[in-house]
Formats: sequence, C-alpha cells, structure tokens
Amino acid sequence: MQIKETAVQYDAIIVGSGAGGGMSAKVLADAGLKIAVVEAGPYFDPKDPKQMTQLKWPYESPRRGAGTSRVFGEFDMAYGGWEIEGEPYTQKDDTNFWWFRSHMLGGRTNHWGRISLRFGPKDFKHKDVDGLGENWPIGYEDVKPYYDKVDKLIGVFGTNEGLPNDPDGFFLPPPKPRLHELFYIKGARKMNIPVIPSRMSMLTKKINEERGVCFYCGQCSRACQVYADFSSGSCLIFPAQKSGGQVDLYVNSVVREVTTNEEGKATGVSYINKEDRKEYKLRGKVVVLAASACSSARILLNSKSAQHPNGLGNSSNLVGKYLHDSTGSSRAGFIPGLMNRKMYNEDGVGGMHVYTPWWLDNKNLDFPRGYHIEVWGGIGMPNYGFGFNPNDFNKFFGLPTGGYGPSLRKDVKKYYGSVIGFGGRGEAIAREDNYCEIDPTTVDEFGIPVLRFKYKWSDFEKKQAKHMQQTFEELIHAMGGEPLGDTPTKEQDYGLLAPGMIIHEVGTTRMGDDPKRSVVNKFQQLHDADNVFITDAGPFVSQADKNCTWTILALSWRASDYIVDQLKKQNI
Amino acid sequence: MDRRKSIKSILLGTVAGGLAIHGCKPGEEQEALARELAKDDKYFGRTPEELEEIAKLNAEQFFNEHELQTIEVLSNLILPPNENGGPTDAGVPEFIEFMAKDIPDLQTTLRGGLMWLDHKSNTDYGTEFKSTVEESQKKILDAIAFYDPKIPMDEHPLEIQFFNLMRNLTLTGYYTSKVGIQDLGYKGNMPNIWDGVPEDVLEQHGVAYDEEWLAKCVDQSKRGVIAEWDENGNLLT
Repeated sequence: MQIKETAVQYDAIIVGSGAGGGMSAKVLADAGLKIAVVEAGPYFDPKDPKQMTQLKWPYESPRRGAGTSRVFGEFDMAYGGWEIEGEPYTQKDDTNFWWFRSHMLGGRTNHWGRISLRFGPKDFKHKDVDGLGENWPIGYEDVKPYYDKVDKLIGVFGTNEGLPNDPDGFFLPPPKPRLHELFYIKGARKMNIPVIPSRMSMLTKKINEERGVCFYCGQCSRACQVYADFSSGSCLIFPAQKSGGQVDLYVNSVVREVTTNEEGKATGVSYINKEDRKEYKLRGKVVVLAASACSSARILLNSKSAQHPNGLGNSSNLVGKYLHDSTGSSRAGFIPGLMNRKMYNEDGVGGMHVYTPWWLDNKNLDFPRGYHIEVWGGIGMPNYGFGFNPNDFNKFFGLPTGGYGPSLRKDVKKYYGSVIGFGGRGEAIAREDNYCEIDPTTVDEFGIPVLRFKYKWSDFEKKQAKHMQQTFEELIHAMGGEPLGDTPTKEQDYGLLAPGMIIHEVGTTRMGDDPKRSVVNKFQQLHDADNVFITDAGPFVSQADKNCTWTILALSWRASDYIVDQLKKQNI
Repeated sequence: MDRRKSIKSILLGTVAGGLAIHGCKPGEEQEALARELAKDDKYFGRTPEELEEIAKLNAEQFFNEHELQTIEVLSNLILPPNENGGPTDAGVPEFIEFMAKDIPDLQTTLRGGLMWLDHKSNTDYGTEFKSTVEESQKKILDAIAFYDPKIPMDEHPLEIQFFNLMRNLTLTGYYTSKVGIQDLGYKGNMPNIWDGVPEDVLEQHGVAYDEEWLAKCVDQSKRGVIAEWDENGNLLT
C-alpha cells in the first residue's frame, strides 16, 4: 500500500482540536496562515440537534442516563472514556494509571468542568519556595498578558479578590450562590476557611455577537448549543474557520508520527484515516502537537528516524517523564439543615458557584503544595441512580432503613438535596520516575504502538489527601452534618484517587532552558527540531493547585504568537 | 405503526423479539433504524455506534412474560401509584428489562430473586407470587425489605439484595420518568435566569445572602450588554 501524500504544503499542521490545538488554530488562522487541524474523532458541533444532549430528559433514553456507554453518564459530551475499544494502553509493574481520552472535535473541552484558574506567581517558581520539583523557565509576568487576552476572548466569571497566588483577571460577574453553597460558606467561615465566587468559563454576560449567554440549565458537561460555555469547537475552531477560510479540518484522522527530513526537521505528519483505514501524509512547514500531554508524547516517541533514533525531541530522554495528574480526594456529607426542601429551579451553571482556593501555609503542614476545594450538591435533575437507597439517612435518626410503600415517596422528597460533596484537587510533585513510554509489545487497531504507564504516588500526595479528608469531615460537621462512609485509611491512601482520574495529566514534554533537562524551550518549541511545537499540557513543569485548561490556553496563544513571528522572520 | 410510535416501541423495548422495522434485508435493518432515529428530533444525541448498541439490546429479550409480570406487580407494591402515576406509567418494567441487558451483572440477582419470590410464595401460600393476595405478598416482603446499613449490601442474603436492587431500580425508573419528575417537583432542565435562592427558602433554612457577596454577582438586567472592562479588570458595563 502506498501512502498518499497531499500536494499542498500547509504553513502549520495542528494535531488535536482541544484547548491547546483550538487556540493554536485560532491564532494561526487569524494571522492568515494556511493550516490543517487533524483530529482523531468525528466532527462535533454543540448546536447540531443530532449530537445534542443538552436539555434532554432522562426518560428520552432507555437507560435513563446510566453510564454504560459514556462513563460520566450517557448525556455527557465526551466520545471516549477511560477505555476505548481498539485503542488500549498498558501498565508497568503495579501501576494503576487511568487515561481519559475524548476523540471528537473540541476534545475534552466539550464536557469539562470549566473551572478556569490562572496559575499564580508562586506556581511558576515553586522550587524557590520549597526546593521541590523544578522552576518554570518563565514566570507569571510572561503569561499574564495572555491570561488577560484569554479572559476577554473566551469569557470567565469570577471576582477580583487581590489574592497573592490566585491572580485577578478580567471577569464576568458570577452567579449568586445556591442554598447548599450558602451552607458551605457559613460552615467554612466557622473554620476560617475562605470561600470566594468560583471562576468558570460560562458567559453570565454577553461578550460578543457570536456567542449566546448562559440560560442556567446546569448542563455544561453536555456542551452548550448557544455556545455560552467554553468548548474549543464553538469558541476557537469555528471562529478560526470564519476568519479567512484557511483552515482544513481532518476529522477521524489518527496521527501516527511526525515525519522528518535529513536535517532532522519536521516535514509534516502521517495519519490513518479511520474511514478507509489507509495511511496518508500531510506536509507542513510547522507541526504543532496538541493531542493531549500523553498522546503528544506518544506521537513523538513513535516518530523515530535516523536523525532522531530515540524518538523525535527525545535526545534528553525526557519525553513522557514527569507525567503528573492533580491529586484528588472526595467526600460527601448528609446535612439535616438541607432536608425538606421546597422546589424551585436551581440548576444554575454547570458546576459550583463558589469554591475555596488553597488557603494554608505549608510551614505548619506535613506535606508540600496545596489543593483547592470544589463543592457540589443541590436539587439537580434526576438521572439513573436517583432514588437508590432512598432512606439510608434514616440511620442518623435511629429509624429503619429499607421498606416499601407510599412512605418511600416521602423519604425521597425529604432527603432530596440534603447531600453536599467536596472534591479536593491539589498539586503533586512532578517526578522523573512517573512516566509514560511506548509498550514494545502492543499496538492499537491502527497498528500504532501504544503507551505504557508507570506511576506511583509519594507520601507527599497521600498526606495531602489525608488533610483533605480531615478538612472535609470538619467542614461537614461545621455545617451540622454527618460525613458519609468511613474515613479512608492509610491502606486506602487516605482516599487519594488513582493517578489520571482527575484528568489533569501534564508534564510529559516539560519546558526548560537546558536541552538536557527539558524537551521544549520556553516557547514550547522542541530543542531538537525547531519547527515542532507542543501546545497541550505536556510542557507544564508543574501542575499547581489549579486546573490546567486556562494555562493551556494562555500558553498556546503565547507559543502560537511566537510561531507567527518566527515564520514571518523566516527563522523556521 | 406510525414512525413516532414505532420509535417509542423500539426505545421502550415493547416490541418483543425484534426490531419494529420489517421487510428489510439483513444489514439494512440497522441502517433503517439509524435513519429513523436520526430523523427524530426528540432523540438524544447518540453516535452511530451507540444507536447500534441500543438497537442490539432492544432486539434481545431477557425476562420472560411471567418474570415481567412479576416485576410489574412487585414494583407497584414497592411504589404504589398516586395521582402522579406509578411504576407502570413510568415504564419501570421495560426499564428493568433494558437495564438487565445493559448491565449484565444485574441479571443473576434479578432473575434469581424472582425465582426466590415464587418459591417462597409457593411454599407458604401454594401460589406463585404475582397471583398471591396482596396481604400475603406483603408478608413475604416484610421479611426482606429492611436491611442494616452498617453491613455492606453484598454481605446480605440474596433475597435482601434482590429486594434492595428492585427497590432501587423501581425508584430510579419512576423518578427519571415524566410522571415521576412531576411527582418529585423538579423544576429545572429548561432555559431560565438564575437569580438566587427565593426569600422564603432562605428563611426556612436559616441562611441569608450577605450584601458584600451579592454586590459582586451578576446583575441579570444587564446580561445582554456586552462586557467591557477598564485596564484593571473592573467591569464597566
């Protein structure tokens, strides 16, 4: 079989259409460049009635929303999950890494939580504070102008609080707290834990004529048909297509490798078209990898040539290394004060209206770095699982649990909305011995060698999770409630979730000034091939106690500006 | 059968033993089904692969007629109908039939539990469960309907696990149905403008908004005005 090559040479080929790839597409297309965007999944538009799940009722589905076909429930807008048929990944030793992939235009941005936090000044130089990990080669001042631009282009609600490591921005006004969030504010204040309005990328106010304003259905995880939340398709790719018609979309196209020439420079990519299962080649002056931290690492490691025998960009041997996910531990509590609720529509935005940024000084703690607290609860739409164990909370009142008959209706209504949940999302220390690599014995259904993961949490992360659990229990008590389930033990890593489960994997192609100790430079350009850039979360040196998307967007914009500049100067 | 009705029967699995679309050659059936569903604007955003999986499950029949009737009788004992209907109106038996195929792990507990019910009823009353008088049915249920929440469910005897599962599926099937959502009083899943917790609810639960916080929140009368900021990030509009 001959590999078919297109005649056209693109100025840039972008691999992946999520946050990083979408932003690169927008910036490069706006600069008038001719680009290709190559996406492994199908085309997706949140306003396409055939794909839409927003505003559907559970009874429109025979399984009432159960998560059999989509792991976060069948209305969730991610085509993929922890496991994808025909596209395995493997584990080394006793590793239990979970890798979430969403193959569709816009990638995981279609369903994500939209928690949009800037990294703070300390987050870029945290080694200076505690001697752990590595500093970034750039600082907050380098990224701030781009965070500002991202805020204005995409829209994020929040408030300027003047906090030292949770920077202010250009915020839309936040929605008012819900009832359980008022309980949280009250309880947290008793413990001197600060609470502020959350910072999320939904439009509570108009920002332009192209996108609608939030109508408070609480279903951002289903992707918004009026484009009132940030999804890469609706906010970046579609506008990029309109800005000059220089964008070619290749969907259902799985990139196998970056092709290179005798000088070791990239010439384009080769990909498999899922529809005819044949291999094709695209030619480009620049290749931008934004397939997700692990997928981009995989493409690099699979791009072996005489010039790059160890994989492209891997002379340092660091591609795939320093992989790290946010720490995560969760707990729920029953709050009697939230029983017997009157009914009204409190769907709000999809997710929390308030949150707690990291608030403590590590000098008094037995672990480094911190975590923020996410809050959930309320009288949301019933879905599969609603009504399970309808009167378990009777045990708190010495009443029998179980039974049948009309009293169950009363139980369901009595307890509806009386649970509050907390998620701690924190910072792990990046370590060279946590990594993904190519499994030499396994390929996927396209014949592409797959990733194998090696990952172990250290005591730092476990102790952080222990602290989360203690805090959550105290918070629940401060709200007059009872924690549900038992306190996770040491043997259970204090409830620390398996790595990958928070879906914030970063660090696999980390940036630095020293080519021996990093994969890309501070403009996310490979040290080993100057026309290859990485604009997903691979270049992150550290994760911070924040979610990574807003920083992916800001850094992708910054790197893409640099690409435009370098192309103009004919340096690449 | 008109199109909408046929889709409904497909979705609810009420067409026993096969697809509603007849007269197609093998292989065309799935395509025809996909075409039908794609035309239906009430359908819920499935990918072609997901449509295929649903069609496949609907083409299978797990419970026999007697089992389905027993499920219906039992679910109506668990949650007797009121003015907002009950499990039958909510399609609970069809839902349980679908879930048993969708999550095969449920099958043995459900089917084994139904056999247990009939065995118990036959032993004590000389008839199978669904035909036993309600008073006797309830006597059987009284012995299996309660559980100690301190003991994990999978350590309870099968009949208690079975009843717990049936109760869970009945309630979730009912409260995710149109009639059940109405009974519950859930008001959302429609475009609206969130502007805070109603005053009487704040009072009932003994909480209040503080003015400082409210001052930061969105003024919904200006939500349609394009946002502009000064250079320090203060919203001007």
